[in-house]
Amino acid sequence: MKIQIANGRVIDPANQIDAQQDVFIEGGKIVALGCAPDGFAAEKIIDAKGLIVAPGLVDLSARLREPGFEYRATLESEMQAAMAGGITSLACPPDTDPVLDEPGLVEMLCFRAKKLHCAHVYPVGALTNKLEGKRITEMAELVEAGCVAFSQVNTPVVDTNVLLRAMQYAATFGFRVWLQPIDPYLGKGGVAHDGEVASRMGLTGIPVEAETVALETYLTLARMTGVKLHITRISSAAALNAIERARAGGLDVTCDVAAHHLHLSDMDIGFFNPQCYVVPPLRSQRDRSALRAGLASGKINAVCSDHTPVDDDGKQMPFAEAEPGMTGLETLLPLVIKWAQEDKVSLPDALARVTASAASIMGITKGGHLGVGARADVVIFDAEAEQVLTREALKSQGKNTPFLGMPLPGVVKHTLVEGRVMFG
Amino acid sequence: MLNPQLTKDGRLRHLLTLDGLPKAILTEILDIAAPFTEVAEREVKKLPLLRGKSVFNVFFENSTRTRTTFEIAAKRLSADVINLNVSTSSTSKGETLLDTVDNLCAMGADMFVMRHASSGAPYLLAQHLRNTGRDHISVVNAGDGRHAHPTQGLLDMYTIRHYKQDFTRLTVAIVGDVLHSRVARSEIAALTTLGVPEVRVIAPKTLLPTDVERMGVRVFHNMEEGLKGVDVVMMLRLQNERMSGALLPSSGEYFKFYGLTEEKLALAAKDAIVLHPGPMNRGVEIDSAVADGDHAVILPQVTFGIAVRMAVMSMLAAGN
Repeated sequence: MKIQIANGRVIDPANQIDAQQDVFIEGGKIVALGCAPDGFAAEKIIDAKGLIVAPGLVDLSARLREPGFEYRATLESEMQAAMAGGITSLACPPDTDPVLDEPGLVEMLCFRAKKLHCAHVYPVGALTNKLEGKRITEMAELVEAGCVAFSQVNTPVVDTNVLLRAMQYAATFGFRVWLQPIDPYLGKGGVAHDGEVASRMGLTGIPVEAETVALETYLTLARMTGVKLHITRISSAAALNAIERARAGGLDVTCDVAAHHLHLSDMDIGFFNPQCYVVPPLRSQRDRSALRAGLASGKINAVCSDHTPVDDDGKQMPFAEAEPGMTGLETLLPLVIKWAQEDKVSLPDALARVTASAASIMGITKGGHLGVGARADVVIFDAEAEQVLTREALKSQGKNTPFLGMPLPGVVKHTLVEGRVMFG
Repeated sequence: MLNPQLTKDGRLRHLLTLDGLPKAILTEILDIAAPFTEVAEREVKKLPLLRGKSVFNVFFENSTRTRTTFEIAAKRLSADVINLNVSTSSTSKGETLLDTVDNLCAMGADMFVMRHASSGAPYLLAQHLRNTGRDHISVVNAGDGRHAHPTQGLLDMYTIRHYKQDFTRLTVAIVGDVLHSRVARSEIAALTTLGVPEVRVIAPKTLLPTDVERMGVRVFHNMEEGLKGVDVVMMLRLQNERMSGALLPSSGEYFKFYGLTEEKLALAAKDAIVLHPGPMNRGVEIDSAVADGDHAVILPQVTFGIAVRMAVMSMLAAGN
């Protein structure tokens, strides 16, 4: 179908475009910006007057809960959530059941996702079999099956020799390794940031050093192996400083932050609210400020949803016994806009962190921008309007978010995937 | 965010923690408890304040002493008391905490006295009662994880007030495993609220929570220094499983440096009192000579505990 998106403010950070112009789509691709190509007769015109037209968001981490946890969420429900959130490309971590450590499983997931014609799903393969940290996976075959990177998610490799070899092997082929800095022992059994709040509440703490000790190890091994390292979900000022020091020493390393870490701190746990139990934990207000500033300056390259749908049964538990995680696909864009508004970050800079930068970390070229020839993955939203987040409105099967009841800016009007209107 | 343990007009709806509880309510509980201490000396040890009410003692963690004192307190107020050791029944069959509670509500509970191994579990219960429109049922926290043990904190305050009258002239030392202690957290909250000018904690660094000084206490690692001139010594129980491993090398070394002996107690004020929440580990955190000596007020603590629990239950019953 030939579509013309008319009168919108087009923001395409990758191509440094921020202008009022029309977007022309044909055959699932962007064919022109500004003036219609010769002989272009739009079959559908979307009026985007007063709205932002941007590349569909690229999310570096969204748990779709398939295979294995279909009672928490299904590919169908979470794809609808992605569409409602304007997310058109997403990486899904391998902590499924079974773990994404076999090419067959990855192929099946890609096949299932493709059939739904919603967001493009990019599986992240397990770095080691079953995430056990003992044997490295068949990385080359996993990449052929569709994996874009390798990760241990929240299960750190205990044996540093295995980690070294896994990095060397990945570096052999130029594969990306995404690691969550978690020391296997420091903060073990912990559920909250180790500080005054956790101490008062009698919750077992996870010190910042559980993040930095692991991080220093990863950075050292990355220097040694030359692997393409990306650090996921940093939560503390100290971690960002460690990354900056490594960069000053010449290491090429990227990092991201979860959107909720930009807005919440350990104080938000309040009276033991299990919706604020996440991995890594919500840290101090000082850490939160450092993360916000780091994202603004580009020291933190990208922001992601870290979408983790959990059913009510998993959350209606005493804090430490609850399932960690927060639903996030439908709050990613609002939380990014909220951060940008509050910290006076320009909308193009803010959107870059969830489009171009994220796409570059994932290594995808066809998404995350609106260049001619790119996939017509587009989100059209009202950046000024506010909307109260309600349980009923959430398309995700996971209603687990402490932002329920809060007015959030940024209302998605349309989401297009390869030129098809999938939402709005 | 509304404080779940207070009603809109500031009265006690549940008793979940002493942290953040206004001084006026703390004092009110102690005042109400005072006449209840005499009930035990009467021929008929009963008052009709909770007649016709059902109090469910729901213990997800084993306890004999606390459960028994709650049971006695409720019975002296003429309530029907039902004891449940959930640790050995439903949860081992996979039932969730809230399912268990819903069943007990259906049996007509008016008050829950709950102990749970997880910090914050009574908040979940209070929230659930509110969400399901059962606001008339109150919750008393009988100890949750490392978080709080408010009635223990209150009975300790009652004991201190009984012997020392004025909180604002005291130096109090809390000694031992503060890290894992819900009792210590409740004591610190109550002492600082009631205006004790100096609350000290004495422990090795491995047994202190991060940023403990932010709770308003002065930290000592040397017991001799920490006990100097104190009016009240509050000992904490050291659990067996902490005694060998990464936190402490041995019970012998612990006793040598942090056990309360007559020699160390001699550094405190002459009329100092010694409290312990029980059960005691003689020869680990406290020497028998001190535990059985003139300064110890450990058995009066138990007696006052019943009166304080009667006060809490009668206030909750009257409020709801």
